[in-house]
Amino acid sequence: MKRIFDIIIAFSLAIGVWQLIVWLSEVPHYILPGPLRVWNAFLFDFWLIMEHAQITIAEVLAGLVIGAALGMATALHLMISPSARRFILPVMVFSQAVPVFALAPILTLWLGYGIGSKIVMTILIIYFPVASNFYDGLRRTNPGLIDLAKTMGASDTHTLLRLRLPAALPSLGSGLRLAAVYAPIGAVIGEWVGSSKGLGFLMLLANGRAKIDLMFASLFVLALFTIALHALVGRFSKRLADWSE
Amino acid sequence: MTGQAAEPPSDLPGITLQGDFNHESHSLFTKLKLRVTPGAWTCLLGPSGVGKSTLLRLLAGLNTGGTFTGSIQTDDSVPVDGRIAYMAQSDLLAPWLNIHDNVLLGARLRGDPPDHDRANDLISRVSLCPHALKRPAALSGGMRQRVALARALMEDRPFVLLDEPFAALDAKIRSEMQELAFEMLEDRTVLLVTHDPAEAARLGHYILIMKQTGLIPHPIPSSPPIRAFDAPETIEAQISLMQQLRAV
Repeated sequence: MKRIFDIIIAFSLAIGVWQLIVWLSEVPHYILPGPLRVWNAFLFDFWLIMEHAQITIAEVLAGLVIGAALGMATALHLMISPSARRFILPVMVFSQAVPVFALAPILTLWLGYGIGSKIVMTILIIYFPVASNFYDGLRRTNPGLIDLAKTMGASDTHTLLRLRLPAALPSLGSGLRLAAVYAPIGAVIGEWVGSSKGLGFLMLLANGRAKIDLMFASLFVLALFTIALHALVGRFSKRLADWSE
Repeated sequence: MTGQAAEPPSDLPGITLQGDFNHESHSLFTKLKLRVTPGAWTCLLGPSGVGKSTLLRLLAGLNTGGTFTGSIQTDDSVPVDGRIAYMAQSDLLAPWLNIHDNVLLGARLRGDPPDHDRANDLISRVSLCPHALKRPAALSGGMRQRVALARALMEDRPFVLLDEPFAALDAKIRSEMQELAFEMLEDRTVLLVTHDPAEAARLGHYILIMKQTGLIPHPIPSSPPIRAFDAPETIEAQISLMQQLRAV
């Protein structure tokens, strides 16, 4: 309760400073709108923002589910197969050296202006944190437990699924929490590069028409959604490994 | 004190390990011969780093990070694989499983049907019935080590390898655990690795001191284990073991 109180105070202060800057500096509202103006834009264009938010949310959720599934499958595969470790791991690391942002125009070229290219963008951005966190967790299972399993006559498959996998759930949770924050970034970048729908598109559109208040309103909706998604995934991860701190 | 007694006849098999062990071109031991007598507690005492745990891990078939040349033979010539229960200094409980399921970990990992009645019975023998559905984090160190003991017994193996299982416990709990473990592992073939002379003096049917030069059998008190921690002959043996350990 005290924390919520602290957060409210922090945000009230930030908004107050923002309004103060706008008043004192007398910047035109098409450069920096005050918080009140943004709030009015939010109310005025509420349904427009929601219509676009819906698209972005769909892209993010689809990307998150598919990306997380692919990342988890990769981690398990790396664990099972030595040849995968030899060949896939270097490619995975190399792929991280390629800025995903640079791929967005190509994805739009290949997959078009629709929702598909944004989902793929989201998948690309969250795949690595999920795969690498989960893989680390699987690998770093307490070696003593693995020894114990060996003396018990456990098969490799059972050791993986009944020992390493549950032991790696806290690490998977951290990967998923990262993914929840990255996923909206992926979708919005995709929308910036080429789209006719979504919050990213709306921001560009508003920006182009000097409706900076609408742009800020969309930005806040996106931020709120990201925070909510992060909290939701955080709760899910906690339930997944309720035994860990 | 008497010398090392001759082995009594036993239905159980013992183990004999013979050979050399090298770790990255440096020799840990050569021409070593370890005899683990059936149906008795053999205590392996020695300073840290001398290779006690390596010996135990060789018997358990675990990775030692070095090369062993030699043989591990059982009296009945059945390979030792799959006939060993192992207990380490750390309790090695799965934190996501409750106590009951931890005791059944072996069956779970082999995909065998779990024997819930036997698990319950063993949990009650280590006096943890009220805690059966709790997770390890809710238990004290001594309680967790009792769960590990129940889990080792659940495996029902002829050989039991104990790698300093009581080292992390406080003095009072440690002496109680020694008594409980001794009672529950009676008539098994036990190898206990320890660095505590008092522990070896209480528990050993046979006591071996491991040095760079090899294994030195040490005389044991005339009374059978488990010996009272305050019996004069236990203390006498403890002193003598300590002197041996400190002798260069």
